[in-house]
Parts: sequence; structure tokens; C-alpha cells
Amino acid sequence: MSPEVRLQATDVKLGYGDRIVVDGLDLGVEAGTVTTIIGPNGCGKSTLLRALGRLLKPQGGEVLLDGKRIDKIPTREVAKILGVLPQAPTAPEGLTVADLVARGRHPHQTWYRQWSSDDEGAVAAALDMTGLADLAERPLDELSGGQRQRAWISMALAQGTDLLLLDEPTTFLDLAHQVEVLELVRHLHQEAGRTVVMVLHDLNLAARYADRLVAMRSGKVIAVGSPHEVLTEELLGEVFELDAKVIEDPVAGTPLVVPIRPRSH
Amino acid sequence: MSATAAAPRLQGIRHRRFTVLLTLLAAVAVAVVLSITIGSKSVPLADAWAALTTPTGSENDIIIRSLRVPRTVLGVLAGVALGVAGALMQGHTRNPLADPGLLGVTQGAAFAMVASIILLGASSLLVYIWFGLAGALVASVAVFALGMVGGRGGPTPVTLALAGTAVSAMLYALTSAIVLLDEQAMDVFRFWQAGSIAARGADVVRQVLPFILVGLVLAILNAPGLNALSLGEDVARSLGQNIAMTRTIGVAAVTLLSGAAVAACGSLSFVGLIVPHLARPLSGTDHRWLLPYSGLIGAALLLLADVIGRVVAPPGELEVGVVLALIGAPFFVALVRRRKPVRL
Repeated sequence: MSPEVRLQATDVKLGYGDRIVVDGLDLGVEAGTVTTIIGPNGCGKSTLLRALGRLLKPQGGEVLLDGKRIDKIPTREVAKILGVLPQAPTAPEGLTVADLVARGRHPHQTWYRQWSSDDEGAVAAALDMTGLADLAERPLDELSGGQRQRAWISMALAQGTDLLLLDEPTTFLDLAHQVEVLELVRHLHQEAGRTVVMVLHDLNLAARYADRLVAMRSGKVIAVGSPHEVLTEELLGEVFELDAKVIEDPVAGTPLVVPIRPRSH
Repeated sequence: MSATAAAPRLQGIRHRRFTVLLTLLAAVAVAVVLSITIGSKSVPLADAWAALTTPTGSENDIIIRSLRVPRTVLGVLAGVALGVAGALMQGHTRNPLADPGLLGVTQGAAFAMVASIILLGASSLLVYIWFGLAGALVASVAVFALGMVGGRGGPTPVTLALAGTAVSAMLYALTSAIVLLDEQAMDVFRFWQAGSIAARGADVVRQVLPFILVGLVLAILNAPGLNALSLGEDVARSLGQNIAMTRTIGVAAVTLLSGAAVAACGSLSFVGLIVPHLARPLSGTDHRWLLPYSGLIGAALLLLADVIGRVVAPPGELEVGVVLALIGAPFFVALVRRRKPVRL
């Protein structure tokens, strides 16, 4: 029996106005996996993620969420199934961690019932799971980059979706904070069985924290598979135009990329 | 860390917010009492109460019932309307210096009033206010429509601000031309421009009340969507919020609230500018609390400024708009200097 596909992009054409970034792309995201999209700058990774999260309407093809066209499902219903965290999100100054996380409850609230014990429970659980309970009343702008990113993920958790799309959740973070955020993602996946799709730049961390890697170049998927299958010296040459040596990560046993030099054009 | 470490903190935050809400309600109640009892003729609280409950037709009764009460009710309505409209406006434009006048309502109301005088020979306060209301609504719709041009999925904060500035400038030029030509229009305009809640009877209150009530309902409906929108359009969409609809409801609420207040009381948009800055340190950035806090602070501020205007220059009075500007401007400067202006 083939695994259940939660998100399916079929022959999608994506772009902004006349500028087409992705054309004729197919991708399926299986339930309970961590799928990580890698590729050089401008290859359409974020564009694809935005389309999977219905933030960008495809100009051709279709995106299916649990077998139904995502643009035919009311956006509020989608928000109860699927959470999207865009790249480098911005918050108004003075927004506290508790207030940010509480906004994740938005799709569950109606105009006459703005706060329920369900909401309070979900927010408390999200704060506890991300280790932010002690920082609940602190403004977001006073936190470290890693704490701030955890707060945003905590908001997506409070949303209560079992599908999470994260666009470069480790951007602007130092290595320790990158690992901190990715450990949290792994925890969400392993403890709660969430399905995660994320875009990452660091290939070694991508290899360590993903079940499946999707390598993209110029709006096309070049390779899909386990980190061992995808991260080969050959593929790095083809996708990143990079000469590199791939060895075994002494800690995790996953592929470790040691760059040599960019390929000359 | 225990499994429920966050829960007591969340409860604490919620209790504190209710406490602030009750405190602000009490402040408005005090301001209402001051506004009813203090003036060129002071009325003791007991007499004021008697005038409201068991009127006998005495001089005090007439002052209280036909002057002070409508004036106070209008002050509360306009204060609430302008406070809420200001908080909505700053939230939607993400601009801490935005005021409701940015949508063109002030200049729209002014132009329609003076135009009604020279074109139709209008000559009563109620008629001016009807035209002011209509002018505010039309100007705001024009700004909204112009702001849509070039943007997809509704106007953006920047296109709205540009359209508002352009429309306001054009209407201001037309208004200036009219009042230079017509003496009666000049008198009405001068009086209106100062901003006052005096000498407007219960009929004016009844005239603007429905617009303010509808505006408040729309504002309440708009608060959760505005919360989502303040996290950026992508996050708002991923939280299931319809962005174009949120913006449209927000603009409609600001138009009704500030249009009604400005038509009845003149240009008092300064209230909409400063009140959210007073409310935000108490409420944080959650519009479900910021909007009610702003409304209550707006009402208290407008009434207190009006009371000060009544006693500061006896036997005459200073218009509330003048008092607000005189006290408010230095206060606002101090506020902005003390804490850095908030980025929204």
C-alpha cells in the first residue's frame, strides 16, 4: 500500500505576473514525513512552498490538499489543517510572545466567541512545548533570534494543524540556534506525528533532519529521495554547480557535504 | 518545566486586561459627571441628579437637560468614535502617525458643508451636518477607489495614504476658494474648523448616533482580522483571513466613525492620532483590547478637554478642539520623546 499523500502539486505553473518561476512541476508530500526542499537561490523553492500553502495561486496545474483542490476549500478550513510560516515574518513592535501565539487560534475563533478554554489550552501547550512559558509576557523584539523563531513556530503549533510548511526557519540564526529550531521541528514530527515541509539552505542540516530531500534547480525538481539518494557529488555539481566531496556525518551517519570550489562556467 | 507552566500566566494577562477595562470605564464615568456639573454655571451633583430624575423646570434643570446632557453624550460618542477610528487607522496603515483624516473625511466634510451653503443656501446646523456626513462618506469612498488602482486584492496602506493626501489637498483647495468668496460659508467653516461639542442639541446626537453605532459594530468585527493582518499578509492568509474583506470593513468602520464625529463636532482628528498611543501601553498590540481601550480613553479625553475649555477663560469658553491642540500637542511630543514611537 502506498503511503497517504497529504499535499500534491500536479503540473503546477507558478510565478508573479509575467515572470514564471516554476513550470510543469509535480511533487507529492507523504503523511508523517519531514520533506526538505533544497536548491540554489532563485530556483523557486519558496515559490513552491507558497503554492503548497495556498499563499500563491498557480497559473496552471493544481495543488491538492488531502485529495481536494486547495483553492476550492474555504481558506479558514485550510487554516485548520495546514499552517504556513513565511520567511522572516514581521510582527508589530511590542507584540508579546503570548499574544503572538494566541493569534494562531485565529481560524478556530468566530466573531462572537473570541476566546475559549480550548484556545487557552492550545496556547499554553504550544508555549510549553517550545519552552517559552517563562518568556510569555516578553515582547518579541527583546528575544534572541532563536527564541523569536521558536515563538513563531509556537504560533503555528497553537493553530493546531498536523501539516506545517516552514520557509527557511533557520535564516539569520547562528548554528546553535539553527540546531535548536530543527530539534524542535524533529520533536514535533516524532512526538506528534506532524507532517513537515520546509525550505533549508544548509545542506548538512537538511540531510540530518529530513526524511526526504527535494532538490530543485531553475523551477524543476531534479531529484527526490532519502538524503543518501539525493546528496551525491554528482547532484551537487548538477544542482549547485559545486565541486564537493560527500562523506559520512560522524554524528548522525547522514551525508556530509564538504565544498571544494564552485564549478567554472 | 511542568506541563501547565504557561496556563497561570495566560490567566494573569487576561485578568489584568479586564481590570484596565473597568478602570477606564470608571474614568469615563468620572468625566461624564464633571461634564454635567461643571461649566459657566456650576450645578451641585445632587441638583444635577434631581434634574435628570425629577425635573421641575428650574434654571438648573434646563441647563442640565437641554445643554449639558446632549453636549456630554455627544462628547462621549465623538470621543469613542475618534479613538476607535484612530486605532483602526494606525493598525491598517501600519503607521503610528496616521489619523482618521488620512482617508479624506475631514476635508470631505468641510467641502460638502461650504458647498451646501453657496450652492443650496443651506442655513441650519442639522443640514450642515447631513452634508458634512455625506461629504465625508463620498470622499472616503473616492480615496478607497483611487487606492485600489494599481493594487491587486484591495488597496495597500501606501496607495491609501497617497490617495487620501491627494483627495484631501484637492478638497481643501476647493473649500478655501469657496470660503474666500462667501462670508456666510466663511463663518460656518471657521466655527466648524475649531472643533466643538457645544450648542448641539439632542437632535444632532440622534442624527449621528446610527452611523457611530454601525461603525462600532464593524470595528469590533474587524479587530480579529486586523490582528492577523498585523503579522503580515502571508501570515494573515495562512491563518485563514480574507485580506481584501478585512481592509474594506476597516475602511468602512473608520469612515462611519470619523465621518460622523467630524461632521457633528468639526475637525478633532487629533484625538484619533494621540489616543491609540495612550491605549497601546495598557493593551499591547491586541486590537480586541486596543479598540475598546482607545474608545474609552478618547471619550474621557474629549470630555475633560471640553470641561477645561469651559472654565479656563470665563466668562467665555474655549472650543474643545483648541484645548485639545493646546494641551495635546506638547503632551504628544513628550510621549513620543519619552518612548520611541512604535513601529506597527
